[in-house]
Amino acid sequence: MEPRVLENRQSFSWRRYLLQWEVMLLALFLAINVMNANLSEYYLDFTNLRDAMMGFLDKAFIVLPMVLVMIMGDIDISVGSTVALSAVIMADLYRMGVPMEAAVVICLLTGTVCGWLNGWLIVRFKELSSVIITLATMIIYRGIAYILLEDQAAGGFPSWFSHLGWGYIGPVPIIVIFFAVFAVIFILLLHKTVLGRWIYAIGSNPTSSRYSGVQVDRIKILVFTLTGLMAAVAALFLTARMGSTRPNIATGYELEVIAMVVLGGISTSGGKGRMIGAIIAVFLIGYLRYGLGLINVQAQALLIIIGMLLILAVMLPKLRLTRKKNA
Amino acid sequence: MKSDNAGTAAVTTVASPEPASRKRTISSYVVRFREVGLMMFIVLLCLLIQLRNPSFLTLDNINDLITNTAILSILAVGMMLVIITRGIDLSIGATLALSGMISAMTVSEYPGLHPLVALLMGVGIGILCGMVIGLLVSKMGLLPIIATLGMMNVYRGLTYLISNGRWVSAHQMPASFKELGTGTILGVNNLIWIALVVYLAAYYFIAHTRTGRQIYAVGSNPEAARISGIQADRILWLVYTIMGGLAGGAGVLWVAKFASAQGDTATGYELSVIAACVVGGVSIAGGVGKLSGVLLGAVLLGIINNALPLINVSAFWQMGIQGAIILAAVLMNAVIKRGVDRNNLMRRRI
Repeated sequence: MEPRVLENRQSFSWRRYLLQWEVMLLALFLAINVMNANLSEYYLDFTNLRDAMMGFLDKAFIVLPMVLVMIMGDIDISVGSTVALSAVIMADLYRMGVPMEAAVVICLLTGTVCGWLNGWLIVRFKELSSVIITLATMIIYRGIAYILLEDQAAGGFPSWFSHLGWGYIGPVPIIVIFFAVFAVIFILLLHKTVLGRWIYAIGSNPTSSRYSGVQVDRIKILVFTLTGLMAAVAALFLTARMGSTRPNIATGYELEVIAMVVLGGISTSGGKGRMIGAIIAVFLIGYLRYGLGLINVQAQALLIIIGMLLILAVMLPKLRLTRKKNA
Repeated sequence: MKSDNAGTAAVTTVASPEPASRKRTISSYVVRFREVGLMMFIVLLCLLIQLRNPSFLTLDNINDLITNTAILSILAVGMMLVIITRGIDLSIGATLALSGMISAMTVSEYPGLHPLVALLMGVGIGILCGMVIGLLVSKMGLLPIIATLGMMNVYRGLTYLISNGRWVSAHQMPASFKELGTGTILGVNNLIWIALVVYLAAYYFIAHTRTGRQIYAVGSNPEAARISGIQADRILWLVYTIMGGLAGGAGVLWVAKFASAQGDTATGYELSVIAACVVGGVSIAGGVGKLSGVLLGAVLLGIINNALPLINVSAFWQMGIQGAIILAAVLMNAVIKRGVDRNNLMRRRI
């Protein structure tokens, strides 16, 4: 018994540090890279690895605000539809002769409005969970996208726009630079500002944080609006990469984004988790997909893997907790 | 009285006929006459559609409409139970596809198989799928949305993998199997009979058995239910298993009716089912829901899906309309609930 007491007094323990979720994620990430490198000889190639990022980073823009949403104890499953609606409105306007610059702005506005509407409804109808509200808006947003574009595709964007998806600044893809900037902003927002502390407070106990003077409603609306805006940013990059858009783009994004966030160690009951975990998870899932794609694993098998990853990621911390309780 | 008010019992137990209840608010009327109102809305909608297109209210089309609604209404029963326990199940479209695909492949391999055996097999597969989700939700404590979102993709992926991306089409299925979804007994389609049986069984189950009542108890107040000795996690597990079983059976019926099993069968169908439930007055907050309401909700959804092409609305509007209906119904339920709560508070003051 004695040594255990001593151990508890230590402020820093290597064991605890290494058992952190983020460190384990990093180890898993390395393991996946080693596995991929063994599976395919084409994997370890700097250009390939760099360009693979262009394929999965568009979702990552939504992961950043989704971390905030889930730390607040909420969830937003309408993000995929928000991406589709913003992209479709932009493409539709461009097709009707609106200049591309204006269409891009309107795309961002659309996402913002979609997100704001989610937040407003959630705050206005507190008895309804964010699950059901964003489920309804998920159907509505995609429904509007279908009404606008039916089953056609719209594209033919100017070259500077597709440059957004495929271009480089120096050796670095543009999308990576954008993601890095946004990631830094969101890390600072969550971990270094009062707003970030409030978001954690709301997630741990909404009632007590309201009584302590945190403006829960305003912050919720703000975070959901931010989610919509970032979904529109993702829509820009996705459309730029694909060259055209359809109402059914970004189907299932909500699953992948939520899987990345949960795998990143953000608790689904709110109040716990760090931004960096989710960012590692983005690269983990992204490169896992890329590697499995190289060895011709079917897309449907990937579906299963991501679904299982989501479930396992939520289950693991719970298992650990219960073991601690028993001990 | 008790059985009739099965769903709203949790809310209106206080509402005994006493003088204070003279001051009824609108919302308490809405709760009491919700089904009548929904029925009137359906009649009105039918009349409007009939004005636009006289071929809507013909015997053939009505028969068609009810047959198409049968599967939706069967699924809505299971979804109602899940939502009553404050959960949600997004995986049923995938479960339906998986069981439909496996049973279709089985009957195309063994054409001599009795269709009822195929149906039972589908139910069995569905029960397995549902048990996994129920286990995750009840024993592992996963949020229903996360568990079903994850398993939805697993089941959908399995469907593609098992079929290798191929379809099972009409000529590969024996006639006896297709009869399951297209045959008639006494001039009424089998699907309608099956839905009827499901509704009668469900009515008996939720209104007259202890377990059925416990589902409502767990939904309206999990804490109180646990304290009064109800094993809430078992109830949760049961509810998802029932949902899975119904989805599995519906998968076989679906495949038999449309005579084709595909990887993307019934993608997004769970949304129609959820819509039918919330339109029928099942409260997302748990504890409230009636079979009669759910049935009417399913019929309303069925009418909208059936009538849109008849009144020359493009099929692309369907999704948007469905979403708007879900949102409107959910918000209306919330507003009505507020009114009822306020009403109860007022009564308590006297």
